[in-house]
Amino acid sequence: MYDISSLYQATSVADAIRALQADPKAILIAGGTDVLIKIREGRLPGCSLVSIHELGEELRGIALAPNGDVEIGPLSTFRDVTFSPIIRQHIPVLGEATDMAGGPQLRAVGTIGGNVCNGVTSADSASTLMALDAVLVVRGPAGERRVPISQWYKGVHQVNLAHDELLVKLLIPRENYDGFTGHYIKYAQRSAMDIATLGVSCLVKLSEDKRLVRQVKLAFGVANPVPMRSPAAEAAVAGLPLEEAIAQIGKAALQDVNPRTSWRASREFRLQLVEELSGRALREAARKGGAAV
Amino acid sequence: MMEILRCTVNNKPVEVGIDPRESLADTLRQRLGLTSVKKGCEVGECGACTVLVDGVAIDSCIYLSVWAQGKTILTVEGLRDENGELTPLQKAFVEEAAVQCGFCTPGIIMSAVEIVGSGKLYTREELRKLISGHLCRCTGYENILNAVERAVQEAHKFVGKEE
Ligand SMILES: Cc1cc2nc3c(=O)[nH]c(=O)nc-3n(C[C@H](O)[C@H](O)[C@H](O)COP(=O)(O)OP(=O)(O)OC[C@H]3O[C@@H](n4cnc5c(N)ncnc54)[C@H](O)[C@@H]3O)c2cc1C
Ligand code: FES
Ligand code: FES
Repeated sequence: MYDISSLYQATSVADAIRALQADPKAILIAGGTDVLIKIREGRLPGCSLVSIHELGEELRGIALAPNGDVEIGPLSTFRDVTFSPIIRQHIPVLGEATDMAGGPQLRAVGTIGGNVCNGVTSADSASTLMALDAVLVVRGPAGERRVPISQWYKGVHQVNLAHDELLVKLLIPRENYDGFTGHYIKYAQRSAMDIATLGVSCLVKLSEDKRLVRQVKLAFGVANPVPMRSPAAEAAVAGLPLEEAIAQIGKAALQDVNPRTSWRASREFRLQLVEELSGRALREAARKGGAAV
Repeated sequence: MMEILRCTVNNKPVEVGIDPRESLADTLRQRLGLTSVKKGCEVGECGACTVLVDGVAIDSCIYLSVWAQGKTILTVEGLRDENGELTPLQKAFVEEAAVQCGFCTPGIIMSAVEIVGSGKLYTREELRKLISGHLCRCTGYENILNAVERAVQEAHKFVGKEE
C-alpha cells in the first residue's frame, strides 16, 4: 500500500487545475514513475495526489501542426514518442533519446511531460529538448503561457511551473528541427535500466556539400545541476570544416559545463566524457545528415 | 475508503473493492489471488510484477489500481491454448530450460506475450533489449532468450508480419 492520504482523479485539465488550487499541498501525478518511487522511499509521507493519468484524450498524442511545428502532448509516454511516425520522420533523435530511458515496461508508462517537469538533469529527453529549443506550454487558472525550455529549469527538481499549473503541450517549432540531424549519447554503466552518467545531444545543420558545419546545437544532461546548452561549443564550431569541428567541439564545451562528483562518477570523469562524447555525437549527427565522416 | 474497480482480468469481467492506495500488483495478488504476479523490488526495476494492461507490458507494482478502471488485464493465469494446455510460449520456456527458481518467469512470460503477439521477427539484439526490463538472478538470460526467440519464430510462421 502506498502512503497516500488522498487521491483525486481529475476529469479534465481544468478540473486538475481546480483540484490543485483547492489543495496547496497536492502533488500532480501523471505516469507515476517518479512520484510513486518517492512515495515508496518514504519521501512524501501522507501526500495527497491529483492524478492526470486518465486524461489521455486531452494530453496524449503527437501531431504535426499545419505550420510544421511538432506538438507533443505531455502524457505521451516514452514509447509513444519513440514509435510516433511524426517523430520518426521529422525528429528521430528525440525518439532515439526516449528509447533509452529505463526498460520497455517503464517506457510504456513514463511520460515525456513527467520527464521534464520532474526537473532532473539526467532526464533522457531533456538534453534533446534543450537542443531543439522546445517551447513548453503551461496552463493555469489565469490561462496559458509559453516557456522556452531555456527558461524552464530553475534548479534541481525546480522548474518554471506554479503549483496550480500544468504542462499541457511540448512544442518543437519547425525551424528548430528542419534541416538538422541529431544524435543522443547516453553514457551509463549498463545498457538498460540505468540513469545517465552523462547525456549529450547534438544537432547539426551541414552545408550543401556536407563538408562544413553551418550550425550546431549541443546540449548536456548531468554536466550541470540542470540540463544545459553549450554556447561556447556552438560558437566555436560554426562554419568549420566537419573534421575540425569534431576535433574542437569537446574542448570548447568544457568552458561551459560544471559537473559534480557523485557516487556514479567523479567530476573529472564527467569532464572527460563531455570532451570525448561531444565529438562522437557530432560525428554521428553529421553522418545521419549525409556526411562521409 | 474503498472503491469499486471494474475491469477485465484474464478474459473475465471482474468487480472488486479496492483501496485507492494500492498498486495493481497488490490487487491482483491479494484480492484476486493471482500470485503469478511477483513482487521483487516494488520500484519498477526488476520486472517480476509485469502484467499486460490493454495489451501492453507494464510493471504492476508502480501502477495504481484505480488506473485500471475499465481496462483489460492479463496475467500468466490467463494463458492457455485451445486445449487448456500451456501455450507454445510457455512450452518453449520449459523445453529451453529457461526456468530455474521461477521467480522472474511470470513477468518475463508476460513481456514475451506482447513480443510474440506482435507477429514480427526480431534479432537476438532486439530481443535482448525487449526483455531488458527484467532481472533474473539464476539463468544468465541465455536460455530465456532462446525460449523467446523460438516462440517468436513459431508465431511468425502463423501470423508473420514484416517490418
Ligand atoms: C525503474 C525506473 C527507471 C527509470 N529510468 C529512467 C531513465 O533511464 N531515464 C529517465 O530520464 N528517467 C528514468 N526514470 C524516471 C521516470 O520514469 C521519468 O522521469 C518519467 O518521464 C517520469 O514521467 P511520469 O509521467 O511517470 O512522472 P510522474 O511521476 O507522474 O511525475 C513526475 C513529476 O512531474 C510532474 N508532472 C508530470 N506531468 C506533469 C504535467 N503534465 N504538468 C505538470 N507537472 C507534471 C509531477 O507532479 C512530478 O513532480 C526511471 C524511473 C524508474 C522507476
Ligand atoms: S516488483 Fe515491480 S518491477 Fe520489481
Ligand atoms: S529463474 Fe530465478 S530469477 Fe530468473
